[in-house]
Amino acid sequence: MRCAIKRVRTTAVLAAAVLATASCSLVGGEDDGGGTDADGNPTTVVLLTHGSFSLPDEVVAAFEEESGLDLDIRSGGDAGEVTNRLVLTKDDPAGDVVFGIDNAFGSRALDEGVLARADVAWPDGAEQFALPGDDDRLLTPVDNGNVCVNIDTAYFAEKGLAEPETLEDLTEPAYRDLFVTPSAATSSPGLAFLLATVAEYGDEWPAYWERLMANGTEIASGWTDAYQVAFTQGGGDGDRPIVTSYDSSPAFTVPEGGTASTTRALLDTCFLQVEYAGVLAGAANPDGAAQVVEWLVSPEVQAALPDNMYVFPVADGVALPEAWATLAERPADPAEVDPAEVAAERDAWLEEWTEITTR
Amino acid sequence: MTRTSTGRTAALLGLAALPVGVLAVFFVLPVAGMLERGLWPEGGFDPGAVLDVLARPRVHRVLWFTLWSSTTATALAVVLGLPAAYALYRPTYPLRGLVRGLLLVPFVLPTVVVGVAFRQLLRDGGPLGFLGLDGTPAGIVTALVFFNVAVVIRTVGSAWEGLDRRPAEAAAALGASPVTVFRTVTLPALRPAVVSAASVVFLFCATAFGVVLTLGGTRYASVETEIYLLTTDLLDLPAAAALSIVQLVVVVGLLLVAGRARRVPDPTVARHATTARPRGVRRGDVPALAATVLLLVAVATPILTLVLGSLRDDRGWTLRFYRALAGDGATGTDGGAPRLVVPVTEALVNSLRVAVDATWMSLLLGMLVAVVVTRRSRSRAERRLRGVLDGFFMLPLGVSAVTLGFGFLITLDEPPLDLRDSALLVPIAQALVALPLVVRTLVPVLAGIDDRQRQAAASLGAGALRTLATVDLPVVWKPLLAAAGFAFAVSLGEFGATSFLAREDHPTLPIVIFRLIGRPGELSYGMALAASVVLAATTALVLLAVERLRVPALGAW
Repeated sequence: MRCAIKRVRTTAVLAAAVLATASCSLVGGEDDGGGTDADGNPTTVVLLTHGSFSLPDEVVAAFEEESGLDLDIRSGGDAGEVTNRLVLTKDDPAGDVVFGIDNAFGSRALDEGVLARADVAWPDGAEQFALPGDDDRLLTPVDNGNVCVNIDTAYFAEKGLAEPETLEDLTEPAYRDLFVTPSAATSSPGLAFLLATVAEYGDEWPAYWERLMANGTEIASGWTDAYQVAFTQGGGDGDRPIVTSYDSSPAFTVPEGGTASTTRALLDTCFLQVEYAGVLAGAANPDGAAQVVEWLVSPEVQAALPDNMYVFPVADGVALPEAWATLAERPADPAEVDPAEVAAERDAWLEEWTEITTR
Repeated sequence: MTRTSTGRTAALLGLAALPVGVLAVFFVLPVAGMLERGLWPEGGFDPGAVLDVLARPRVHRVLWFTLWSSTTATALAVVLGLPAAYALYRPTYPLRGLVRGLLLVPFVLPTVVVGVAFRQLLRDGGPLGFLGLDGTPAGIVTALVFFNVAVVIRTVGSAWEGLDRRPAEAAAALGASPVTVFRTVTLPALRPAVVSAASVVFLFCATAFGVVLTLGGTRYASVETEIYLLTTDLLDLPAAAALSIVQLVVVVGLLLVAGRARRVPDPTVARHATTARPRGVRRGDVPALAATVLLLVAVATPILTLVLGSLRDDRGWTLRFYRALAGDGATGTDGGAPRLVVPVTEALVNSLRVAVDATWMSLLLGMLVAVVVTRRSRSRAERRLRGVLDGFFMLPLGVSAVTLGFGFLITLDEPPLDLRDSALLVPIAQALVALPLVVRTLVPVLAGIDDRQRQAAASLGAGALRTLATVDLPVVWKPLLAAAGFAFAVSLGEFGATSFLAREDHPTLPIVIFRLIGRPGELSYGMALAASVVLAATTALVLLAVERLRVPALGAW
């Protein structure tokens, strides 16, 4: 009898659990997109982008309202992964428009023919960021940022040590064992820093890296590992006061209640990174895709970029957040390497770089 | 009641149809798609390119590193796990269940966070920097053991718990020393469980991704990280395909060897005959208990680093990182509060919802698979077929998540399989990851049911369903719940496949953690740690609930 009661109770508990979890399931709540409007035009537009993509809900909602389109955002991976996904699926793209191809991967996207021509008006200021070699203007510049060496100014003040300024300074004995940089083989800022040294030293860059390594440079696996773990101003208790990061990073190292940053970007060590958007060849909704590209360079999105994606707008006259305007200094003339040369030489450079840094 | 062998095989295939179909669509098809891209690069079959790849010195280094680091980590996990398996499953004492649950937490923590915790501990100047493990293979092996020792403990422990004690007691009464008893009586009886655990740990180690990438840096790469770089960065598909094939060959070989080594009378099958008597702690247990305490400390240290980091900022102790989890940064002006697509709390809800789906899917499939592979075979061919099916469902453990993820993109894009956009892809992928664990939990229990009980039910007029409900279900429902807990926890922690498939507006918690830790600023870093602690705590709660069921959760593999 007791047993029977227990069984009833168990069954009741199980039933309740099933009911409770059923309401949590995703299966019932899936909406199906892909509708069309009265004229038979698709009402959904699919944006493919990298995992760092982020824009405020209200900005997205305003676009949907104005255009009458449903914006379906699919994100994941980094710039390289996004580009390679497009190459792999170019016969049948998984979306209409892409955002997040950068200047290191842009020429691969162009060579593979994953992009289609679209009529998009560029805002003032965007022209200077056009991808060299992109004569058809398939890739619209959306944002930019610089990978620069950052230093912990508090550390140098405390030690009474002069702050380094240039790439060459990093090889000085005074800065022995102080520099940490992410691996060029596994991280995009790491690759950008390698390109900065290629731009500065030309064919002599391997010799520079040998001196850098001889001066106790630490190679971390990624930005997180370098900045958050090893850097003295990162999240953890790091012990290296010089790190490869971004020109916007100093805006995030203001102590609570303070007004000055405890870090500074070295403006002579910077490499420009530009992110592009473009309409995909074979898009189901090319008109919608072009509208998305135009939206990405609109004042609303451009103004939201710094706070949401930690990058600078390409359009002129966009107000920056206060901390950025005062704390994130920008290099006047960051290093650049011709994208075609990057595309042709990257694998060889990386092989040589790996050889030097793992010796 | 005359059934031909063909009829039985047909029935078997009928039951197996759903799980085999799911695996064919969501595993075989995508992986084959990626291999095809690699092997037929320009439309023509080019095995030469693959052979060239296998001749590269770097590929040799990668293969060798994967092999020896996985083997070492597996051996260490077994050596460290055995005493703990004994101490946590033989004697009874208070808080035992809690310790069991805690030791399993690392198994489901996001690797990116564990990588950061390990680096903080091991690097020069860190609390354990004096060990000199940073950037060394030893550091990677340590992390692999940290993740996987729980598998050994649970697998071997549950076998040990159900072991018939009388042979060992008899040997001891005849004058054998404890060491001799262990070597000649206990260890042979545990062999199937040890072999099963070791083979699964090896698979997990050989396909470990985040740990090797974070701790190995540029210097050390495994097959898995190499496939990732070749595919996502260099787009060298022939090379990626070559390595994927090597992976598959090794995995299949391993499964064959493990299957052979397991094929001795399974002690857990006899467990229902001799109910283990609970007993208290004896003096002889002290070394094993001490070893367990040490292991617990070792496992707890990285987790403690996370907890402390989430509770401390520049100025001292704080709960602000936890408070920030509920916001999306839209109103925050707090030194650059990170803007998130959804608040962390909502990501947790997403994770839980996905986990519900992944759980019922893996249970449904796992149940069918377990029934199919445990039914008594009447012919050699039939037994072989069941063995092949058994191995087939272990395969997803051994194949690169990157290959699978890209494979989804290029193969599931046309009707009737236009599933790229489906919100169900994430739970399905996670269900496949959890499936081997579910199958391995259910198989020993179902195999332990005397087939004569079913025959008796049938001869009394019960149909197949009725037999299932009255004979199998009463025995299996508790392990089923235990398997559910496991699948749930695995789903909560899954990152590799999910990062490929999750939709922007429905990120899971590990994905949000990954984003947070990739951003500058103390607040986002602290929030990433706090969110990891929340994830670990949620996982621990689920697993503790499983412990309450007092079921030997992971049976024999």
